[in-house]
Amino acid sequence: MTDAVETEIKVKNEKKKGPRKGKWTRRGFIGAGLIAGGALVVGVAIRPGDRTDALEKHVAGEGEHLLAAWVKIAEDNTITAIIPHGEMGQGVHTALSAMLAEEMDADWEALEIMEAPAEKDYANFPLVREFVMGGKTAPGIVSDTLNGAFLGLAKTMDMQITGGSTSVRFTGVSAMQTAGAAARELIMKAASEAWDVPVSDLRAAKSMIYHDASNQSATYGSFAAAASEMSPNLHPKLKSRKDYSLMGTSLPRVDIPSKVDGTAQFGIDAQVEGMKVATVMASPVHGEVVSTIDKRAATATPGVLSVHNLGDFVGVVAEGYWPAKMGLDALDVTFTSSASDSVSQESLFAQYAEALDSGKRKTMHKGGNVAKGAEGAAKIIEAEYSVPFLAHACMEPMNATAWVRDGKADIWCGTQNPLGTRAAVAKALEMELGSVTLHTAFMGGGFGRRAIPDYVLQAATLSKVSGHPIKLIWSREETTRQDHYRPAVLGRFKAAVDDDGMPLTWESVFNHEGEPKEASDIIYGIPNKKVEVVDSPSHTRLGPWRSVDHTQHGYFTESFIEELAHAAGKDGYEYRRALLADKPRFVKVLDAAAKLGNWGEDLPAGQAKGISIVESFMTICAQVVTVDVTGGAPKVLHVACAADPGFAVNPDGFEAQMQSGIIYGLCAALYGEISLEDGAVAQSNFHDYEILRINEAPKIDTVILTSNARLGGGGEPGTPPIAPALANAVFNATGKRIRNLPMRDLGLGAGS
Amino acid sequence: MVQLKINGKPTRLDVDPNTPLLWAVREQAGLTGTKFGCGIAMCGACTVHIDGAPVRSCSTFIGDVDGSEVTTIEGIKNPDGTLHAVQEAWIKHQVPQCGYCQSGQIMSAVALLRDTPNPSDDDIDAAMAGNICRCGMYDRIRAAIKTAAQMPKVVGG
Repeated sequence: MTDAVETEIKVKNEKKKGPRKGKWTRRGFIGAGLIAGGALVVGVAIRPGDRTDALEKHVAGEGEHLLAAWVKIAEDNTITAIIPHGEMGQGVHTALSAMLAEEMDADWEALEIMEAPAEKDYANFPLVREFVMGGKTAPGIVSDTLNGAFLGLAKTMDMQITGGSTSVRFTGVSAMQTAGAAARELIMKAASEAWDVPVSDLRAAKSMIYHDASNQSATYGSFAAAASEMSPNLHPKLKSRKDYSLMGTSLPRVDIPSKVDGTAQFGIDAQVEGMKVATVMASPVHGEVVSTIDKRAATATPGVLSVHNLGDFVGVVAEGYWPAKMGLDALDVTFTSSASDSVSQESLFAQYAEALDSGKRKTMHKGGNVAKGAEGAAKIIEAEYSVPFLAHACMEPMNATAWVRDGKADIWCGTQNPLGTRAAVAKALEMELGSVTLHTAFMGGGFGRRAIPDYVLQAATLSKVSGHPIKLIWSREETTRQDHYRPAVLGRFKAAVDDDGMPLTWESVFNHEGEPKEASDIIYGIPNKKVEVVDSPSHTRLGPWRSVDHTQHGYFTESFIEELAHAAGKDGYEYRRALLADKPRFVKVLDAAAKLGNWGEDLPAGQAKGISIVESFMTICAQVVTVDVTGGAPKVLHVACAADPGFAVNPDGFEAQMQSGIIYGLCAALYGEISLEDGAVAQSNFHDYEILRINEAPKIDTVILTSNARLGGGGEPGTPPIAPALANAVFNATGKRIRNLPMRDLGLGAGS
Repeated sequence: MVQLKINGKPTRLDVDPNTPLLWAVREQAGLTGTKFGCGIAMCGACTVHIDGAPVRSCSTFIGDVDGSEVTTIEGIKNPDGTLHAVQEAWIKHQVPQCGYCQSGQIMSAVALLRDTPNPSDDDIDAAMAGNICRCGMYDRIRAAIKTAAQMPKVVGG
């Protein structure tokens, strides 16, 4: 793949002005060209080759055509940023547009923003390339929906994923900033020739070019045509941080006004003429199919139009959601039997335990020699931890609207994976990719769930068999029972410590090899380590959950290291600090959290603090929790959060992501459990899959540290540290070590 | 046939009286700002006002509110078309993330401030605990309610 990136390619330029010149560089394919109407487009293409024809009908206006573009500069000086990621509240449209505008010196107030269509040209090529270049493997959230399975690197590169905290880190730097800088240089060059003055005498600000000496000024748009005749600089110079005026400032999010007056369009709000509404039920035991069905009562329900047995699910099509639900409730359906019917939560964890006892182990991470390292140890410390499956519980139930007719299909939905979704629909309907159009909408929560398009395929199938445009809405119960869950994991930990209580070895084994691979590694300087996995699959569907496998491993590692600290009679903060002595970035973050959380202050009886630190998606995050256990159940009073993402493009947005990630992880630590009974998910709605509410939410303070590190993620790194920080705080308050989540059954007293 | 006023507009809906108000508002009246979250009055995404009081429209049969005045998120702007103080405060504090729960949050907050113009933290907890925000923006919701309480025209809705 690296070869493909570096290889020069020729751009076809047969019939139109279109893309003129360009080649692949370390920053991608940079091209520029003029489209009809006089607009200049500058793009950092994300796949080799000229796809002008494939793209033009989606992005350009009447008569326009363009290459894989990230910015369009019209003659009237309208500048449009084209964003290849979906908005689910993480502020990506705002952040990526700001990165473009920053390098371009574009007028932020006048910038227009559009979401890129689900075209291969917008696949996350910068994402893949950055993973290769950065020496990191792709995260699990990069799921190949064509195959319905996870993958490492996308061989087909059919990816346009919003997830893995990747948008700003990869698309932002590789594409948006580079395109902005290249566009600015082109405009400057055109102005320099037009005015016959050196580029160095020109100044750019807010989409205007100035030559102060001659008192001349003109808009970017007035040079669009001339700039398109020039070759773009293949290595545009990016600004240094000290010169930023947009990046690093808390620009108000562009999507927020529509989210306070009810006008924001989510997937569930799609309206298509002649549309009917459907709801579905799949087998509660995943993998089983319809056995018997009696449609009579459902069909007789007022408002119901048709009832469909589609093998792995049943669907009811009606005039509205309510009659569809009434029809489904009346439907008499049974599903097939299988060995999965006997699986319970107990049997599942017994299966995991057996796998860890005697299954074939695969080494994930290794250093030194643990057998030798343990020789002469003062003590061996061992512990077993577990976490259950978790549902995503997006506020917006799964839904999609599909209209399949005349050999083509239109899809309206919120998705973290537009291109994969489109490809999966085409495959399911046996259509060419070009016959499927995807219209994206805001997502009412994603968290990884909306990277998997099962619900979209159901809508497409129902439209095909019913002949209507279909809006499929899952009930909350279906959304809970047919999720793709955060894997349940059993982990065993063992460490040999010296006379001083410092670890000589670290060994762990667990039952699920997830993504990203580094999640199960340790950040601490322990000379001998061995981290192993034994796969022990079940029939339950799994998927990426906020921060993917960092939540399980962050909890395990940061709890067990605290056990070692306690056994050594040492303070958890100081113990970690000693083990991180050669990692100054980590020490700074840890210190910042300790300071913000008043580590060591005197607290009333029944209160205590706990600390943890986890690096995920290249952001280091440490948290200090203050807990009160006087009521029995732990009440979280305060969370101090310190994070180093290298640089926060939108500090307020980054802080919001930390707050959000903490509450999401806290909810999992206190309440989150999806369990199996007779092979089926036992939970169904918010009464038995509880979500943290405002009266339970702690005050959260966040400090953002800046470093010279590459940009780290924002959406996920706040989640992993909270469960261990809380568990450590509970231990410090009660002496009870929490080795299984959730912690609602603590047995701490009357209130628990 | 059910007759009610939605956002001040007399509306006749030809719908089974056992249909939840939520679906009549979304599918018959075409007002999609009110959201479906759980269907069992556990999450608050569907909160609207009936004769001024906040209710969960997913669990309110439309036949039971015949003749009532229903206010949805689309109906809380000031008469001059400017945003309600709560909406202004929501923008100021950049409250929404995914935004899906926010119509319900705002409707609960508007009702709270009308009844309790200077709410304490406990008042806010009591009034807002029925509204889940899966993005966890509770700190910001609390701060925005306090800001809205200090603004000149919070009455309305």
